[in-house]
Amino acid sequence: MKTTTVTRREFIRLTGLGSAALALGYYLPAAGRPAHILKVEAAENLGIELNAFIFIESSGKITIMNHRSEMGQGAFQVVPQMIAEELEVSLDEINIIFAPGSQTKYGSQVTGGSSTVRGAWRHLMRMGATAREMLIEAAARKWKVNADECYAENATVIHRATGRKATYGELATDAAKLEPPKNVKLKNRSEYKIVGKPLPRQDTPLKVNGTAVFGLDKKLPGMLYAAVERNPRFLGKVKSYDDSAARTVPGVKHVFKVQMDVFSHKREGVAVVADTLWAALEGKKALRIEWDDNGFEHYGTDQLFSLMHNSLGQPGLTQKAAGNFDAYFSKASRKLEAVYETPYQAHACLEPLNCIAHFKGNSCEIWGPIQAPDWIQSDIAMKFGLKPENVTVNMTFLGGGFGRKAFTDYTYEAVAISKEINAPVQVVWTREDDLTQGPFRPGAVYECKAGLTQQGRISAFQVKMAAQNLNHQWPGADTESYNDSTTEGLPEPYLNTIPHYRFADIPLASPIPVMWWRSVYSSTNAFAFESFIDELARAAGKDPLEFRKQHLPDERHRLLIDRLMEVSNWKQRGQNSGYGAAVTECFQSIVGEVVKVSRKADGKIKIDKVWAVMDCGWYVNPDIIRAQVEGSIVMALGAALKHATLFNEGKAVQRNYDTYKMPRINEIPDIEVHIMENDERPGGVGEPGLPPLAPALTNALYDLTGKRIRKLPFNLEEF
Amino acid sequence: MAVFQLNVNNRSYAVDVDPDTPLLWVLRDELNLTGTKYGCGVAQCGACTVHLNGNPVRSCTLPVAAAKGNITTIEGLSENGDHPVQKAWIELDVAQCGYCQAGQIMTAAALLARKPQPTDADIDTAMAGNICRCGTYKRIRKAIHLAATKGGAR
Repeated sequence: MKTTTVTRREFIRLTGLGSAALALGYYLPAAGRPAHILKVEAAENLGIELNAFIFIESSGKITIMNHRSEMGQGAFQVVPQMIAEELEVSLDEINIIFAPGSQTKYGSQVTGGSSTVRGAWRHLMRMGATAREMLIEAAARKWKVNADECYAENATVIHRATGRKATYGELATDAAKLEPPKNVKLKNRSEYKIVGKPLPRQDTPLKVNGTAVFGLDKKLPGMLYAAVERNPRFLGKVKSYDDSAARTVPGVKHVFKVQMDVFSHKREGVAVVADTLWAALEGKKALRIEWDDNGFEHYGTDQLFSLMHNSLGQPGLTQKAAGNFDAYFSKASRKLEAVYETPYQAHACLEPLNCIAHFKGNSCEIWGPIQAPDWIQSDIAMKFGLKPENVTVNMTFLGGGFGRKAFTDYTYEAVAISKEINAPVQVVWTREDDLTQGPFRPGAVYECKAGLTQQGRISAFQVKMAAQNLNHQWPGADTESYNDSTTEGLPEPYLNTIPHYRFADIPLASPIPVMWWRSVYSSTNAFAFESFIDELARAAGKDPLEFRKQHLPDERHRLLIDRLMEVSNWKQRGQNSGYGAAVTECFQSIVGEVVKVSRKADGKIKIDKVWAVMDCGWYVNPDIIRAQVEGSIVMALGAALKHATLFNEGKAVQRNYDTYKMPRINEIPDIEVHIMENDERPGGVGEPGLPPLAPALTNALYDLTGKRIRKLPFNLEEF
Repeated sequence: MAVFQLNVNNRSYAVDVDPDTPLLWVLRDELNLTGTKYGCGVAQCGACTVHLNGNPVRSCTLPVAAAKGNITTIEGLSENGDHPVQKAWIELDVAQCGYCQAGQIMTAAALLARKPQPTDADIDTAMAGNICRCGTYKRIRKAIHLAATKGGAR
């Protein structure tokens, strides 16, 4: 398999779309309606834009276009893996290329919410099957036999009785003359040769020999480099700047004021453009800027969290409620209350933000590590007065994304700089820019209250979340609207077994920009929910996992908890170790984790092991699932133990990895991942492994020491 | 600006740059060897690791004027991407986003050259300077042990 990144025009040229090759795509008439599968030429005649994914040339070359970003989560592998399964080709026989960004052409390409498989699997597999059936039909007509006497295998159609064969390349021209069948039969899971198998990732060889092209690696002829000193206080203006020293740096060509859109605000900064990136960075260091930071609060972390804690007395905006919480809480035989706190955090992708833009007057071309190419296409078109079809967003590999690279600020800024200098330019954020500018995961405070019956069942349950609401930042947003994500992370069946509950949020207004961070609200909600469930189990005198089983009686949760108990040897856990568990739901997958901790001879606590059980339903590649859960656990360990973004005088304090600390190889416990086998609809994979780790860890520490952690991050060394 | 002679991956180059320019930016932007990555600029993450006379160094803080000797980057670690460390990385599908992996591989290759059969403690010591934000550490450890069984010390 070869991999490459091309523009749309090059793509059409390379794949010979103008020739007789079979080219299929799918078209989504409206949300919720089934996809139509059409030939590219038919769609062009009808004026319909297709999601174009399969191209078969008469030479036999097969190309599959991947419309999703690859940021480590494996979309590069699993999208072709699904199509190839039904197409009856092996992954070695195909080329995979990234699709350029186009909302009209590819549907939503925002790679977030762990949505690649769960969102598109049916369309992708139907399209593969449609192409296969057309190729079989073409062969049957050629041989004057019935199509059902033939089958496809390894990009070849075979006549069962005679063994006669024709390759897809030989059949592509004839197949292209046929109408795509309306109904195709998809394979049974037992017939899969590719899907469900731990096939090696096609991008690994590129990533171990240095040839994978990330955004930062892309270069254009005549490209200049830019670095920007942006206001560290998010809302301020450039009052004045002195660029005399910056302009003496050899290679510096331009210095000017630049703006970028951050939700409802314009972030101001000063750009330094140079022949080399090093010159731009040196020029940036030499700038002397006076900021106008009047007219808004310069918060510190303590003030922000005081505001959130002090707001907990308010009723908040109810998201979900049933029964009468207040009445049944007051009459409960046992009452519990606890407040939990999670910090602001930067995403800290190892590849800092960067973007190449070439603004050409009536059109614009962009290259970069981008999670939302279609969104960026429409955003740039709207803000720079261009037609969307004249904005090309080219994809590269992403050195991490985690939600940060789904935002449009850095691409807007790059286009603005290119427009100013009338040349292609790569804007590079330093690590310091990346960690201090946001958007951040919002900090949050949770007030949890619950009542237990005499039998130890939860009778009443209330959670109030005080935090900035991601949706409230947009221009014209309704800031009185409740946060629909207040229950994210909580396994849904709790709401069937707890008779009286209420979930509400209390939005915090703040100038700090906030954004999706891997697993989004689940990453913080789950710490409150699953810590509190553990506290309730202890108060009820119940085994923590048995207590969860009682309140999650549906089969999926019961089987998952049983499996978690089995793999962690839960019932035989020893006295000298602490065990903690958590079960969460995120993007339609359920994950349970058990953490084991113990105190070593030197008096320090060590995390010995993490067991994870993932139920993501129907799945594509088990090794990628295991890798994603392993990685999610490590990222969650960092978020629980190592780093937080603090603010002082309205500025982020942690500027680089020396203070925004990452988990290192010597701090990682043994991790064991198990996957549930069932035929449930596919759920997310890239994020759901993260939420249960922090509560499972703090529950384990409570089990070992009797000390309850209610605030993240905490220092294991001081335990 | 000044002209420097560099020996990179057994080829010599002459570059005309500011003497303070970190080797990283010379490799990436002058020699177009973009396999070596920028992650932090302050020798905290290891993404920029290259070999200088066989030793792993952080090219983001090494001025080009001090880069005297044989420099090896990920592009020059093996002829065809088939160094035992690279092969072990492929066999165990270590990489996720892949951005840090050139630095991880260069550090691991230097470890194995010095210590052909490293213990877990040796791996901890050698590799703790390399951040992987995707959290592939478990597989990195396993791949180093695997490479050790397959002549990783070459």
